[in-house]
Amino acid sequence: MQITVNGAAHDVDVEEDMPLLWVLRDEIGLDGPKYGCGVAACGACTVHINGVAVRSCQTPVSDVDGPVTTIEGLGNPDQMHAVQAAWLEHQVAQCGYCQGGQMMQAAELLSHTPDPSDTDIDEAMSGNLCRCGTYPRIRAAVKTAAKTLQGS
Amino acid sequence: MGRAGTIARRTFLVGSVAILGGVAFGYYQYKRPAKNPLLDDLSEGEAALTPYVLINADGITLITPRADMGQGVYSVQAALIAEELDVALDQIRVDPGPPSKAYYNTALANDAVPFPSTDQSAAANAMRGTVDAVMKFMGMQLTGGSTTVPDGYEKLRVAGAVARETLKAAAAAQTGMTVSQLTTEGGAVVLPDGKRLPYEALAATAAQIDPVTDVTLRPSTQWRLIGKPMRRVDMVAKSTGTQSYGIDMRMDGMVHAAIRLNPRKGGDVVSHDAATAESMRGVQKIIPVTGGVGVIADNTWRAFQAADAIEIDWGPAPYPAEQAEHWQALSDTLDAGEQDAQPRDDGDVDSVTMTVEAEYRAPYLAHAPLEPLNATVLVGDNRIDVWTGNQIPRMTQASVADMTGVPVENVHVHILMMGGSFGHRLEDEVVKRCTELAMALPGTPVKLTYKREEDTAQDYTRPIAMMRGRGAVADGKVLAMDIRVACPSILDSQMGERQGMSLPGPDSTITQALWDQPYAIPHYRVTGYRAPKLGPVSSWRSVGASQNGFFHENFLNALIHEAGADPVEERLRLMTDAPSRKLLEAVAEMSNWGGTLGADAARGVAFSLSFGTPVAEVIEITNTEAGIKLDKVWVAAEVGRVVDPVNFENLVQGGVIWALGHAINSQITYADGRAEQENFFDFEGLRNYQTPEIVVRGLENRDRVTGIGEPPVPPAAPALAEAIFQATGERPTEMPFANSFTFV
Repeated sequence: MQITVNGAAHDVDVEEDMPLLWVLRDEIGLDGPKYGCGVAACGACTVHINGVAVRSCQTPVSDVDGPVTTIEGLGNPDQMHAVQAAWLEHQVAQCGYCQGGQMMQAAELLSHTPDPSDTDIDEAMSGNLCRCGTYPRIRAAVKTAAKTLQGS
Repeated sequence: MGRAGTIARRTFLVGSVAILGGVAFGYYQYKRPAKNPLLDDLSEGEAALTPYVLINADGITLITPRADMGQGVYSVQAALIAEELDVALDQIRVDPGPPSKAYYNTALANDAVPFPSTDQSAAANAMRGTVDAVMKFMGMQLTGGSTTVPDGYEKLRVAGAVARETLKAAAAAQTGMTVSQLTTEGGAVVLPDGKRLPYEALAATAAQIDPVTDVTLRPSTQWRLIGKPMRRVDMVAKSTGTQSYGIDMRMDGMVHAAIRLNPRKGGDVVSHDAATAESMRGVQKIIPVTGGVGVIADNTWRAFQAADAIEIDWGPAPYPAEQAEHWQALSDTLDAGEQDAQPRDDGDVDSVTMTVEAEYRAPYLAHAPLEPLNATVLVGDNRIDVWTGNQIPRMTQASVADMTGVPVENVHVHILMMGGSFGHRLEDEVVKRCTELAMALPGTPVKLTYKREEDTAQDYTRPIAMMRGRGAVADGKVLAMDIRVACPSILDSQMGERQGMSLPGPDSTITQALWDQPYAIPHYRVTGYRAPKLGPVSSWRSVGASQNGFFHENFLNALIHEAGADPVEERLRLMTDAPSRKLLEAVAEMSNWGGTLGADAARGVAFSLSFGTPVAEVIEITNTEAGIKLDKVWVAAEVGRVVDPVNFENLVQGGVIWALGHAINSQITYADGRAEQENFFDFEGLRNYQTPEIVVRGLENRDRVTGIGEPPVPPAAPALAEAIFQATGERPTEMPFANSFTFV
């Protein structure tokens, strides 16, 4: 079957029920989406399908019905997305393992809620676990990214 | 992959120039310095000026031997070297370096002596020096105990200064100038006319001369980096999803492995049937390992699926099967009264009529870093390479050599970035199991990834612990406090059973942060009791202090309430350590302690000294109709010197969140010999919506420098417990609090 990831088409020969996460990581070689729980309880694997944040560990590849964007496709060190730039400015990360998923979740939130309240942020981001406890910085970075995007 | 390792294989030639130096300067009076491990691999024109600085034509690499699991120590170590070396943090690379005795951890000795960390007397420091020599002998290249900064604070700056002065000497030799005419800036020696000689261009000459070891460290007034906000060296990668971790290891020809180990940890496999698994797509091999069965496949998910399809009959647990039996063992241990240690006995406790009694409990807890355990092992011809993220590279090297018969010098451990640890990666069972798999596939790199459920099931947890306290008050003051705590031994389980070390004497983690608190309670006794072996246990962020901070401060708060005193004022009255007193004053001022609170709001305070770092915390909650809501936390911590205020604040906030998440929500319990919890839906810590605002202040009221990774953890649970008591009239006696109270 064929899936489009970060603008590039990939033919993959895999079982229909293989989760998108493992197609991305082991078949296509994109390591930005992380394996944390395998049961959609941590959010480290979050990617966008058709611009909507989904848990790729619980998305069978056969259910992918549109273009996939991973954290690598959101932006890169030379050309950061506003969310990534905010994450850098606030130095959100500690171990950083969850942050790709956090940023994908935040980017989707801001795509439909440009000026999120604290409650909006809590509701959108509470499915993304951070074991290091960077939540105060995540909240601040989401607000900074919101300002950047509204100003642009 | 570790860059030093890559360089060694790719570009280094034999016949290098050896320069001794580095870690030893100013440190060992009694023995020769440990060999500089970088010298084995140097080529013509490259200089390893100390074990911490490697310069070649490609640039400057700073060796940062303490492993980074998220606490930012690559950056902190690099900054300490760079401060004296005169390079910017964006001009250097960092590399954790090879396992080596040269990188042994001096600061571990500080918590291994029978003196409280506040005691800096000659006798106490002499004892620390002796233990230090033992640590050096053992080559404890270990990341833990919040020791990276205290260990490196002086020796990494010395390393930077030695390298700088040697490069200046090399520049003098090249140009015919005197050293006093030369300065350094931005990775170059600067000549009087402003001409710049980059360090890279001086490496060949520097390698030919004796290192300059007579160096003076700069006063803090001249610092460019230390104490100022820095951008961590890993922050761009971690803000763009481009940071690579152990689990992202990929090599040509690599296969993917999954494993099922007896969930009754340490138990045997009675029998297994892998017929279904063998026929599944992508499965290449089924390999029995110690205590379980492994699967080799061409994709991680296929390996997981096949591992789940193996039918396995597990043997019994080598410990009591049911949680109630574990608690009973602690109770029995306290009843039997055979003490492991009684490190504090002030006044005459037995002469006091005790009027307050309490029994508190702390549960088993998993570490559950978000990156599951993983390792990649390649078995070659009389050589083994291991790629993994862990905190004990030297022990892992020895373990692999021991189990394979490959000489230890031919076992190469490459430490990779870790997606969290919290003590989880002080264990190396994952490397041992992966080595067993790789031994069956010589020449093929094998990457073993634990499923989350496997990671949880195999976690060597924080111990359970039980405290019984008795106390008395008089005239509105705390008069007596007698604390007895029972706990299984972490050292027996972690260092004894799994690393084969014999560690005689009491286990100091049982009474850690109970006996050395700087309070002058007139009658004050702390006794530790070693419970029999129960579930396997290990070090969990803040170790014994994680439960003992709760025990000590919750009970002290109970006594202060009985005395009718204010918990801040009474602590200030009892406090014997001046910097600690300033912390309590700071959190009182920050939180406007004693001020008017909102409707249904309440506050608690607690203090704990652990790993040499005292921390005071105030927590404010609101008792809403839906349950208890965490509103705000104020924290003040004393580390002597805050190296990077940004990372400091992040680590303190994270430590508080770690502590609160587990104190409220988390426990591991056993049934049928297995952990009943499986994944983040039943072991999640704190999530964004429960997280309070956390205000942090670092104080610098003493010269001694200590760490911050763990010390914010112990005071959080008792501060919250006091707030809950103030709000509800009911004092929490066991964690997790959600078992007894409702939270929003």
